[in-house]
Amino acid sequence: MLKTVSFITENFGKYDPKSIDSYLSIGGFTAVKRALTMSSNEIIDMAKAASIKGRGGAAYDTGRKWSQAASVPGLNKVVICNADEGEPCTFKDRAIIENDPFRLLEGMIIAGYTVGAQNGYIYLREEYSHLRPLLINAIAESKAKGFLGQNILGSGFSFEIHLYSGAGAYVCGEGSTLIESIEGKSGRPRIKPPFIKECGLFQLPTLVNNVETLAIAAAALTHGIDDYIAFGTEKSPGSKIISLAGNVKKPGTYEIPFGLTIREIIYDIGGGITDDNELKFFQLGGASGSIGPASIVDTPYTYEDLGKVGLTVGSGGVLVVDDRTRVIDFVKSIQDFFIHESCGKCTPCREGNRQILRIVDRFVDGAQNPRDLETAERFAHIMSNCAFCGLGETAQSTLLSAIKYFPEEFEVKGGKLE
Amino acid sequence: MSSVNATTFEVLNKELAAKIDTIITNNANNSTKLVGILLEVQAIVPKQYLPLEIAAYISQKMNIPLSRIYDVISFYAALSDVPRADCVIQLCDSVVCKVTGNTVLKESLQELLGIKVNEITADGKYALEPTACFGACDIAPAIRVNGRVFGHLTSKEKVKKVLDNYK
Ligand SMILES: Cc1cc2nc3c(=O)[nH]c(=O)nc-3n(C[C@H](O)[C@H](O)[C@H](O)COP(=O)(O)O)c2cc1C
Ligand code: SF4
Ligand code: FES
Repeated sequence: MLKTVSFITENFGKYDPKSIDSYLSIGGFTAVKRALTMSSNEIIDMAKAASIKGRGGAAYDTGRKWSQAASVPGLNKVVICNADEGEPCTFKDRAIIENDPFRLLEGMIIAGYTVGAQNGYIYLREEYSHLRPLLINAIAESKAKGFLGQNILGSGFSFEIHLYSGAGAYVCGEGSTLIESIEGKSGRPRIKPPFIKECGLFQLPTLVNNVETLAIAAAALTHGIDDYIAFGTEKSPGSKIISLAGNVKKPGTYEIPFGLTIREIIYDIGGGITDDNELKFFQLGGASGSIGPASIVDTPYTYEDLGKVGLTVGSGGVLVVDDRTRVIDFVKSIQDFFIHESCGKCTPCREGNRQILRIVDRFVDGAQNPRDLETAERFAHIMSNCAFCGLGETAQSTLLSAIKYFPEEFEVKGGKLE
Repeated sequence: MSSVNATTFEVLNKELAAKIDTIITNNANNSTKLVGILLEVQAIVPKQYLPLEIAAYISQKMNIPLSRIYDVISFYAALSDVPRADCVIQLCDSVVCKVTGNTVLKESLQELLGIKVNEITADGKYALEPTACFGACDIAPAIRVNGRVFGHLTSKEKVKKVLDNYK
């Protein structure tokens, strides 16, 4: 039985992403045309009714975010499309840009119209620089056809889109850091308040949305939301693009309705574990997400059910790991990532990560001290409570969930790992 | 931080300066485009890096303090103030590539190039750099060669085939 669905991804492979004519021939820009006949409030109500949770990781309600952005006073506002996609095991924004760049632009135009912004910025990670020509062309062609620029389709609404490049820094995916980077600076997060919705890029009120969030908005305006909310569960309506990878037979991006179990994702969609090995654990939402053991593989993939077992949807990464990998080696790999990506601005993250790495290294070698586990846990909690930004707050999700679900892997027996 | 020997390289000739001018003009001499400009310039400098003389040239052309240019260069992983190579090979060392077994890939690269990760071949042709996930996890284990992605590199033969494109 086919378990994937096609709403956000419906255009994938259906048109030539290099050509606006091709996009128009499949009904492209219906969403923008419809949006321009609606009021800002009507669009916000529609987003709220669809309960689209932000797909960048934080899962903030998009309708609510747009409503706040629209009510901030200001004649000059900014919409940013976050295409930094730095979370390991996440490549669904890449798939959207590769297959359907015009729908992304539609989502940005609609967001701009809804909140009253004149300028949109796409922040594309350096690692995706091969997708720049596709976006540059999509922006130029949309402008030539009057979907961007002054007085779009005679509506009186004007909107431009600018393309900016990242340069290899995971922390720049965080909203205020991304803004620093677009302003031409190094990427260190800003203190809040002021909140970026009031004072963000170039001191202007700023809305930041993920690529997928914007694509859903455009899809919802194209078709209405009934088909969308028919997917999923009562509390998690709709669908999500997941990035499935690791020790799984058919890695890739898949659009799934919320409510499939993780087992269905791994075995039915992903074709099972590589070489039919044993599933050991999986990690959801990238490096900043938690891991879950094979024993909870029947948990439904919804915000509410995952929450109950300490997991999150996050970016939609689903990393499958079989019994060839030791939990502690996995933790070490995540720890190395965060050491490399910590911007160094605050002490809990800069020093916490380093101290925890020393302990993790001892566990890897089986040479831990009796109090290492306790110390690592204490430091991890300090980080999640006191770090300056989301990077430090979530960096220890892997370690803490590993300790919770695989305590035996951290057991000290005469100073040696069992 | 700004490497001392960078001044001994005479990289900035007239032709390169003209190309840098074009990049700056194409970006409307806009200081907010600094990150992108530095990336574009780095891509056309031999050995793919930003020596002091070029950083200073951009600083002067764009009227941005040199300290700010170096703040940016030293912060971002994709920008380098030391010479790299003609062919920069980036090996993903993040978690998906790890669990799908990138040890074979790493060892094959080291063997075929005769260098270790974080080293450059004596002729300055190849650099082997570790890097964080670049979003090719669906074809892990993967590498990037001068920005181009190659995946499913599970054997020495496959790695060799990729490197043969960059002789
Ligand atoms: C360290 C860090 C990295 C992040 N990276 C990304 C990213 O690459 N892409 C993204 O959309 N959101 C990322 N986020 C989340 C953003 O801060 C923000 O919540 C999101 O872009 C908002 O869009 P959404 O509401 O549509 O999800 C990151 C957050 C943190 C703390
Ligand atoms: S938590 Fe980490 S990344 Fe965030 S500000 Fe502190 S040091 Fe920088
Ligand atoms: S983990 Fe290697 S490309 Fe994503």
